[in-house]
Amino acid sequence: MTARTNSLLLGLAALIIAAPLILDPAGQFGGTDDAASQVVESSNPGYEKWTAPFWQPSKEMEGLLFALQAAFGAGLLGYVLGRRHGRSGK
Amino acid sequence: MHIMEGFLPAGHAIAWTCISAPFVVLGARGLKRILAERPEARLDIAASAGFTFVLSALKLPSVTGSCSHPTGTALGAVQFGPGIMAVIGTIVLLFQGLLLAHGGLSTMGANVFSMAIAGPWVAYGVWRLAGRLGVPFAVAVFLAAFLGDLATYVTTSVQLALAFPDAESGFGGAFAKFAGIFAVTQLPLAVAEGLVTVVVMNALKGRRIRVEGAKA
Repeated sequence: MTARTNSLLLGLAALIIAAPLILDPAGQFGGTDDAASQVVESSNPGYEKWTAPFWQPSKEMEGLLFALQAAFGAGLLGYVLGRRHGRSGK
Repeated sequence: MHIMEGFLPAGHAIAWTCISAPFVVLGARGLKRILAERPEARLDIAASAGFTFVLSALKLPSVTGSCSHPTGTALGAVQFGPGIMAVIGTIVLLFQGLLLAHGGLSTMGANVFSMAIAGPWVAYGVWRLAGRLGVPFAVAVFLAAFLGDLATYVTTSVQLALAFPDAESGFGGAFAKFAGIFAVTQLPLAVAEGLVTVVVMNALKGRRIRVEGAKA
């Protein structure tokens, strides 16, 4: 596999992710997890939730924590790839 | 694929926890053994964990008009077997369940089963089968990641359908409903995950071949 194939694959992945935004610019793009929760609630009106999260971050805090998770993961992955790259270059 | 806190009846929550626990314990033992026997695997395991951390934090838009996230568990599963992903996936789900109120403690067992057990096992199974059939490396990686990702979301749909069967059509109707939300949204995202997994695998593997030839 060449660098060109890799770029092509990444470009294709980016296209798949961007396509819905281009096809439906006015879309809501809500989360499927919440959609499923709503289906459970509407089709099982008798069901009572028996636990609740003990802490609920605000929208901004949620964004921060998801970003932190992604940054940590990307850092780890980047460290390994960079280390390999550095060694193989010597 | 996260079942939100409180959205599984207590019996189901406990049952899934009991099913998942042994996988996580055995996975932790397996991880310890790999680290003891092959310390050089440390970096690849870190990369696999990092990959899962990134991908499962990204909620991506899909053609269905909703957002969902990939899982990234296939990369580690095909390299080291599905066991270690039970541990890594559980760490991710604990972070999200405890700090983000995304998923939850009562639904942890079910979520661990779908993302950290079912997905990686399917990915690993597909990987082995593809290897036996002589499928090219990149195609095998793609299929493992694509089907592993989908398997996680199909599993979540099964879990919810078991807990909340439809009043008229029972399990089947409820499964169709939940799979309509999860699995269909996931299709294009799983393709994207498959493609990205191939690229990362190329990057990891390509370098290693050169490293082994060089003086470390």
